[in-house]
Amino acid sequence: MTDTVAIGASRAKDTPAAVNRAVAGPRVNGKVVVMTLYLLFLMLPIYWLVNMSLKTNLEITSGLTLWPREITFDNYIRIFTDESWYSGYINSLTYVVINTVLSITFALPAAYAFSRYHFLGDKHLFFWLLTNRMAPPAVFALPFFNLYSAIGLFDTPWAVALAHCLFNIPLAVWILEGFMSGVPREIDETAAIDGYSFPRFFIKIFMPLIASGIGVAAFFCFMFSWVELLLARTLTTVNAKPIAATMTRTVSASGMDWGMLAAAGVLTIVPGALVIWFVRNYIAKGFALGRV
Amino acid sequence: MNKTLNHKAWFLVLPVFALVAFSAVVPLMTVVNYSVQDTFGNNQFFWNGVGWFAELLDPSRELGGRFFDALWRTLLFSAIILAIEIPLGIAVALAMPREGWTVALCLVLMALPLLIPWNVVGTIWQVFARGDIGLLGWVVNHLGIDYNYTGHSLDAWVTIIVMDVWHWTSLVALLCYAGLKSIPDAYYQAARIDGASRWAVFRTIQLPKMRRVLLIAVLLRFMDSFMIYTEPFVLTGGGPGNATTFLSIDLVKLALGQFDLGKAAAMSIVYNLIILAICWVFYTVMTNVDADRERVEA
Repeated sequence: MTDTVAIGASRAKDTPAAVNRAVAGPRVNGKVVVMTLYLLFLMLPIYWLVNMSLKTNLEITSGLTLWPREITFDNYIRIFTDESWYSGYINSLTYVVINTVLSITFALPAAYAFSRYHFLGDKHLFFWLLTNRMAPPAVFALPFFNLYSAIGLFDTPWAVALAHCLFNIPLAVWILEGFMSGVPREIDETAAIDGYSFPRFFIKIFMPLIASGIGVAAFFCFMFSWVELLLARTLTTVNAKPIAATMTRTVSASGMDWGMLAAAGVLTIVPGALVIWFVRNYIAKGFALGRV
Repeated sequence: MNKTLNHKAWFLVLPVFALVAFSAVVPLMTVVNYSVQDTFGNNQFFWNGVGWFAELLDPSRELGGRFFDALWRTLLFSAIILAIEIPLGIAVALAMPREGWTVALCLVLMALPLLIPWNVVGTIWQVFARGDIGLLGWVVNHLGIDYNYTGHSLDAWVTIIVMDVWHWTSLVALLCYAGLKSIPDAYYQAARIDGASRWAVFRTIQLPKMRRVLLIAVLLRFMDSFMIYTEPFVLTGGGPGNATTFLSIDLVKLALGQFDLGKAAAMSIVYNLIILAICWVFYTVMTNVDADRERVEA
């Protein structure tokens, strides 16, 4: 019953269901058309990718077919049995998880400080953090390469995880600060009067209160670390190579292996789809960085 | 919320400060270092002063011409992206269902493109838009339009723009949806009693309430399109010719392709300064909007 704009004032005493059926009918259809067209536009390229991943290369190159004539799972089987393929997934997930844990752990106290206190240079510091979220990775690719080679982290998941902190920590601080500002100060004060020490209050009382915010921030760290490739590719060669970079292997002497490329692409979508499902109810608020 | 003054809060911020300084300031100093030196290989460097900057900012020189071409291209791209994605995102947000299981379905499907690695996005469209094995390219070609994104620069631009709309419009839509959800029912009921038209409701209730999130949307979309790299690199590689060579692509070519460290570093710094300036404008506007809002609410 939030959809009440067009409902005439005279109908205010009708039952909600009846009002919806009687008045909102034609307008809802317009919305449905827009939404359906948009979702169709979003799904078409993905459908094509899935379609291709289930075909043999012969079928792909011999003409356009809207669905696989002979469904084959060979492409997927090869990815899951060949170590050089599936290790790419393990590498990617490793640095993404390290990065998410690092970002959240570091960002939590900082976000609390920004949401509760004024301190020397707080505005400037916040702006400086924000600029790092906006800095183009292309600028950092070469210096990062030098830096992590010099300290011996090159080609390890840690190099990528630390590099991704550059844009994920500012983002996490930003989101968490938004959510924390929604928690009234009185809670902090009451806890202090009740004799809670700060760390105990923070972990026992405060963190459960902003649990959804932490979930959303973790989701965004996961997301931006998972989709970034320029830095991840520059900082790895063999041992920590991410799956998205492994995909370029499908260009071989015998031409493109389209089926494999498509199957690997489909598998990179799956982790994202899984995490969206868990945060679907908070996702909109999260995209607004906790500030609506 | 009124905050208390407490300089000890710095201790809470210190870990973040140290970590981000390590991964931002140290590399940035390397860039500054390179930008004022020249090298003839062998790791020997010579002081070059502002030589690279002078060359970079002079459109009549080869480096400068290349830089400004890429800059205008990137700005044009960002402008087109904002002009399409912001209105479309608002329209999609207004079309979102308000309740029921379809809400979750729409949210998940809309967020899906955002979670795809950026080079996979490039790959998906590379395949999808091909004339021989891609659905889009095949259909367009069979409609009698001569479409080939690797051959014609206009086609390459259209493909990249459609790809970006596909990839990022959902971000704008989700932000606007979050803004719309925060409008209390009472506002709509008041509008209904006043007999406000659909357009009036949008202009006077929905748009002002979305101002804050729209600002974030414009900021994020502008920044991300201004530093776009992976998707066009995979799709067109900057071609045909230099038609889609945006600033990041040019920079990476210069730095990691030709290892022209001095020129690349000078370009990085100017690029970064542009972003810093734009970011500052947005930040100032945003803080002012917040201040306004707090004054209204108080």
